[in-house]
Amino acid sequence: MYNFDFEKPSTIADAVAALAGEDAQALGGGQTLIPTLKQRLAAPSTLVSVSGIAEMKGVCVEDDGSVAIGGATTHADVAADAASSYPALAALAGQIGDPAVRNRGTIGGSVANNDPAACYPAGVLGSGATIVTNTRQIAADDFFQGMFTTALEEGEIITSVRFPVPQAASYQKFLQPASRFALVGVYLARFADGVRVAATGASEDGVFRWSEAEEALNKEFRTDALLGLHINPMNMIGDLHGSKEYRAHLVSVMTKRAVEACS
Amino acid sequence: MTQVSMTVNGKAVSGDVEGRTLLSSFLRDHLSLTGTHVGCDTAQCGACVVHVNGEAVKSCNMLALEADGADVGTIEGQAAEDGSLNVIQQAFQDHHGLQCGFCTPGMVMSAAALLKDNPRPTEGEIRKYLEGNLCRCTGYHNIVKAIMAASGQDVSSIAAE
Repeated sequence: MYNFDFEKPSTIADAVAALAGEDAQALGGGQTLIPTLKQRLAAPSTLVSVSGIAEMKGVCVEDDGSVAIGGATTHADVAADAASSYPALAALAGQIGDPAVRNRGTIGGSVANNDPAACYPAGVLGSGATIVTNTRQIAADDFFQGMFTTALEEGEIITSVRFPVPQAASYQKFLQPASRFALVGVYLARFADGVRVAATGASEDGVFRWSEAEEALNKEFRTDALLGLHINPMNMIGDLHGSKEYRAHLVSVMTKRAVEACS
Repeated sequence: MTQVSMTVNGKAVSGDVEGRTLLSSFLRDHLSLTGTHVGCDTAQCGACVVHVNGEAVKSCNMLALEADGADVGTIEGQAAEDGSLNVIQQAFQDHHGLQCGFCTPGMVMSAAALLKDNPRPTEGEIRKYLEGNLCRCTGYHNIVKAIMAASGQDVSSIAAE
């Protein structure tokens, strides 16, 4: 690991100021960033930890019923504290990595990194959540822009993520047991005005919505509605853990299981 | 270099570290607490698990400066002052929960974190909690058995798989 300066501000304003420096980088729980630094795949001059910013931590239910989760909230805290307000999302958080990783990793870090096999991007896109930063609010549909790519600008911090709470939702994760990421994961959320289906782990473009399945399920919310629908394997990830065709197939299987869980 | 201060196993400690110094390095190299093992150095094996403010974390995946002001617990703090083993350590010995012993510090620290939140876990809950702790010797069975025994549960009926 190359050396860097370390700063741990206690307010969002101080963190934004510290991130204005050249090659400064925000640090959430570090469960991806620290291994990346060890591999010398990144060389920030300064790491700005957001773990000391109290206003970026915690789960709260807003006046409109949506659930707002601070960007520096750990997976373990979401699993525990969102269990009553948004159980499907809490269940997703409780399946990330392992207990020690969940005690450090944060929602803001996961969403900002946009790993193509991470769980949170599916939950955020599947819920149609809003990513709140220090400067603006970004709809999930505009936020995820491909593998490891997001709408975030340099120095922009995810201060919270706001989730509308669906009538029913389910995250179905087909575990890749070595990495503990999703080989394929599907998050399905059923709102009064329609169904959203988001898949992670599958596409070369990162998390995506399966719009054909959404249309079919909007007409008829049954697993039979998915019969005959197929994901084109061409843009799927193919590696030693699973071929493109296998991942495309798994998206269908996981979507069916999510429909069953919500029925 | 930046000064970092924390409480480790009940004692106030401090030292000068670089930004990149890992908590595992601070414990092992600065404090000579080499019971915390570094196995994979990629946060997968769990040999380096310690407690930070009561929560299990992988110390090879946390910066020492992130633990400034924290209450840290390591394997060295598990036994009593006179060296007598605590209930989890004793159960690992009684039930042969280790062979080479490399993963054991992390296993014991994870087990302690589990039993704090869940004093009587089922076998399934123990196996699930240990997902981030790898053992290449035992096949886990006797580790799970030891943790069940440490929680005061009868393990006489648990046969080897």
